[in-house]
Amino acid sequence: MNKNLILYASILVFGLAAPFIFPAFKVQLSILCVLIILAVTWNIQGGEMGYNSFGNILFYGLGMYLCASVQVGMFFPLAEWTESGGEKTFVHTPTQFFQGMAAGLVVAAVVPTIVAGLIGYSILGLRGHYFAICTLGLGVAAGEISGGIEIIGAGQGFTTPPFPNVGGLEARGEFFYFCSFFALVLAFITIRAIYSTRFKLILNAIRDNEDKAEAMGIETMKYKIIGWMVSAFFCGLAGGIMGGLVGYIDSTDVAFDGREMGVFMVLMAILGGKGTLWGPIIGATVFHIFKEGFWTFFLGWQYVALGVLIVVIVIYFPEGIMGWLREKYPERFGEVVDEADRKAQVELK
Amino acid sequence: MDFMVFQYPMITVQACLDGILLGVLFALIAYGMALQWGVMNIINIAQGDLVILGGYIAYFMYLYGIHPAWGVIVSPFIMYFVGVGIYKLVINKVVDRDLFISILATFGISILFMQLMNFAFGADVVLANSGYGTTFLFDSNVVLPNSKIFSAVVSIAFAICLVIYMKKSKLGRAIRATAQNARAAKILGVDTEKVYAATFGINAALCGVAGALISITFTIHPYMGLPYTIRSFMIVIVAGLGNLPGVAMSGMGLGVFEEFADYILGTEFRIGSVFLLLVLILVYRRFKLSRKREYLK
Repeated sequence: MNKNLILYASILVFGLAAPFIFPAFKVQLSILCVLIILAVTWNIQGGEMGYNSFGNILFYGLGMYLCASVQVGMFFPLAEWTESGGEKTFVHTPTQFFQGMAAGLVVAAVVPTIVAGLIGYSILGLRGHYFAICTLGLGVAAGEISGGIEIIGAGQGFTTPPFPNVGGLEARGEFFYFCSFFALVLAFITIRAIYSTRFKLILNAIRDNEDKAEAMGIETMKYKIIGWMVSAFFCGLAGGIMGGLVGYIDSTDVAFDGREMGVFMVLMAILGGKGTLWGPIIGATVFHIFKEGFWTFFLGWQYVALGVLIVVIVIYFPEGIMGWLREKYPERFGEVVDEADRKAQVELK
Repeated sequence: MDFMVFQYPMITVQACLDGILLGVLFALIAYGMALQWGVMNIINIAQGDLVILGGYIAYFMYLYGIHPAWGVIVSPFIMYFVGVGIYKLVINKVVDRDLFISILATFGISILFMQLMNFAFGADVVLANSGYGTTFLFDSNVVLPNSKIFSAVVSIAFAICLVIYMKKSKLGRAIRATAQNARAAKILGVDTEKVYAATFGINAALCGVAGALISITFTIHPYMGLPYTIRSFMIVIVAGLGNLPGVAMSGMGLGVFEEFADYILGTEFRIGSVFLLLVLILVYRRFKLSRKREYLK
């Protein structure tokens, strides 16, 4: 326990100091935090509950649009803002910006949670691949429909309020980094807390055999919806922060980006090892480093690489990094290994 | 919201005819989907991208001065080998695994194809002009391009040929046997590996035909694949596996629905309405199934 505490403290200190140690990578580090949030929350469905969702992007995009809309709409008429496109006639004062952002983030987190609760009963009743395809459809439908709504910018996109003129670019990077880092810490603490309770066991029971879990008297639907609402809360929060960070929201390319974020979150969790607490975090970090390297050196071919990467990971590496470590060093994971049995297995191979 | 479509009967007729002719194409793609789903238990997210690739083959023939209608013959041949290639490289490793693995793997293939087509053919919306002219019905109130009628006739012809082939030929019997029980088929000497490869190839060939027809009648674009996948998935779950008349009917129904959605909601919501319809159908299905207390695994 003591060792864990030191580990967490050092990660926290590193996280707080990171923007000052690597000032050039502030934006990348903020994106990394958002990616980790998405991977960890996807893992609640895909890893622990066995419900492989392509639709968590719905909450992410919803949060993104809501945060920006609230931030603008609190002080100025939203329709005129989006109509003017990039040529803004309204300027947020610093106080207005931060107030709007705070209110926006609250709305961006709460509304997707409510949405998840409302649609959860219908959607989470689907099983297996029907759930996967249904959530895929949900994400794409949200993107297509939001691309047709005039008040949030329709096809031409939505420019989020620019950062006020306090401290320039450095302050902007630090602000968004700390927003995303605190969101990540909040997400990690929450998820770690709920994983240490009976809740995680119930989710695992649902994954292993839902009918039996129901027969044992567990109200599976209730727990599935709660799990989805937790995911939605943090996805919405991450989306709100990401919207401000990117500065521009497009319906299908930034917000409801099933082709990028929607796949990334699945891929990161699988790469790291789904069904573990640390797997998605490691997966997201590795994936982000790989992605940035590839995006920089092979610009244009990144989606080709992404497609190949998905196929390779899914076929040859479905257990992920944590699964591989577990196989290699089972003692570290608290598994008792019979040495003779292990030797026999090696010989069999 | 614009309900003009119901106020003028001629527009209603136009929408219905357009929808039916479009729906026949959807049904053809869905038939391929049902085939591989039934035989190999794989949901191929890259289905729509195979369609678009088939369309580009016809488009390229058009660019080189060959009439694009010949694409209906050429593109299934090429697509058959593309399909077998995909099977040998990827699908045979996921065929007996969890369904989600195959969904994700084919999703990867879909992204790969999408991007490769974007590089190879550019991101423009293209159309192979067949020059077939148009037919006017009811005092020129209803306008039907002949290419649409041509495409519907060709797809029906291909579907009928395939049904007969599946019933009569040796490979068709092997495919049906494998769909019923892969293990028993194996014991009785069917090379299931070959059957799977052929099934995937036939599916890709069907996509090739449909794609060539789409490039003549509508437009193609590298990123337009996913809606076709979703449409065919929807048609298959509404009709059920192995229910051919059902596939045809629900394909046409979907086509008509889309045309009406186009008129009523506006073109920008067309694709969105398709995806929403999928969600609604799945949710309806879930409540229907849960009432019966039976679950599909």
